[in-house]
Amino acid sequence: MKGFDLIAILLNPEFGRMLMHGVQMTLVIAFGSWLLAMSLAMVLLVVRLTPSRLAQRSVAGYVSYHQNVPTLVQLMLWYFGISSLLPSALQGWLGEHDGEAVFAIIGLGLCQAAYFSEDLRSGLRSVPAGQAEAARALGHGFVGAMRHVLMPQAVRNALPALVNHTVSLFKNSSLAMAIGVAELTHAVKEIENQSFRAFETYLLATVMYLAFSLLIMVAGAWLARRVRIAGAR
Amino acid sequence: MTAVWEILRDNWLLLLIGQYPNGPLGGIACTLILSVLGIVLAFPVSVLLALARLSPWRLLSWPATALVYVARGVPLLMVILWVYFLVPLLIGRNVSGFVTMLCTLVLYEGAYLAEVVRAGIEALPKGQMEAARALGHSHLGAMRLVILPQALFNMLPSMLSQFVSTIKETTLGYVINVPELTFAANQINNQLLTKPFQVFFILAVIYYVVCWSLTRAATALERRIEARRAGTRGVKAEGAPAVPMQPVAAEP
Repeated sequence: MKGFDLIAILLNPEFGRMLMHGVQMTLVIAFGSWLLAMSLAMVLLVVRLTPSRLAQRSVAGYVSYHQNVPTLVQLMLWYFGISSLLPSALQGWLGEHDGEAVFAIIGLGLCQAAYFSEDLRSGLRSVPAGQAEAARALGHGFVGAMRHVLMPQAVRNALPALVNHTVSLFKNSSLAMAIGVAELTHAVKEIENQSFRAFETYLLATVMYLAFSLLIMVAGAWLARRVRIAGAR
Repeated sequence: MTAVWEILRDNWLLLLIGQYPNGPLGGIACTLILSVLGIVLAFPVSVLLALARLSPWRLLSWPATALVYVARGVPLLMVILWVYFLVPLLIGRNVSGFVTMLCTLVLYEGAYLAEVVRAGIEALPKGQMEAARALGHSHLGAMRLVILPQALFNMLPSMLSQFVSTIKETTLGYVINVPELTFAANQINNQLLTKPFQVFFILAVIYYVVCWSLTRAATALERRIEARRAGTRGVKAEGAPAVPMQPVAAEP
């Protein structure tokens, strides 16, 4: 093994470029799937609140599938399985336009939506029933009561769980490497293969992952403090 | 649908035990052995880590806290790469993918389980520790004889759901060629080439059945323990759950 030399990796233009591209891809996938997951989670939450038994069962099934099947298997099912069922014109187009990143965003987003919707649901359940009754008594409709009275409290309750799951979504973006997305972990393996400096490259990547994860945790804690209502438990 | 049955008929043995008599044990058997060994070996690690995190000595609590935060902030895949690189350097010879994956799971699950153990200990009323100390137990004696037996019992459901997470995490062994279930499915897919959807559908269904039944068992166990804590066996108890089901998130 060669001596420890971080500079050899950082100052090499080729490796630097691969690393930057990897970080960029990781952030794109994490952010894209977070947006997808959060918007879908809201939809799932509302569907689950409707009185229809069928709708409730379908959402429960959706959540159960995504929580009990490993995320890597879900990604493989999307990338190798479902993509093969698409019309060939669409397959060709996806092949030319970073199809694996698109499937990574879809797979991770749909999976995380299940977790987010469960977080929001338990946040909503811990809002006292009197709040909903009071809002309706004051003349709010269903949407108005949700928007102005119930959801603000539910999101506050769910915030710690949402932050935890956001961190795990960010970490899970590394799984995209298994379906060939050139994100950070993928770049690290490439650089290691070319430079034979495993220790330095792994250290760099670990520090970067850790920095982003801690940033999310700290931002979450800051947000929780920021939106806390004085006197609420 | 017929394609699914055909694939199952031709490859059920590969999915179940891999190429066992002629090669390494694989398939579901490998996945389950890996997860059981992983959680069993991670358990003592996690109790020690939790005790270190709660200990009054900073020399113990700071490194343990740092380790837990690193495990929470770094993807499992990155830990696998580290173990894959470091373990052969430390012990001076190459190890199989199975051993690499096992070491990774013990490290990673140990850190996550330590948070579960810590939550279990902190959920106990403070009076338990104070009473034990007042009766003349030392800190460690009180932990061993009074606190841990109660905390660990209350944590059983969380541990079972952590076991489900471990099963899901073993899929990453595929990346370093551990012959577990996901690897076996990819082998089948590479042989057939034309039926990727059916192969991965089967894979997802198998994982779903295994993990869903274990999750159900965890929920049932949680109800029983809650009822027991409320002092009424078999009656559904109202009030706070014994231990939050998943204090920290881990679901690759």
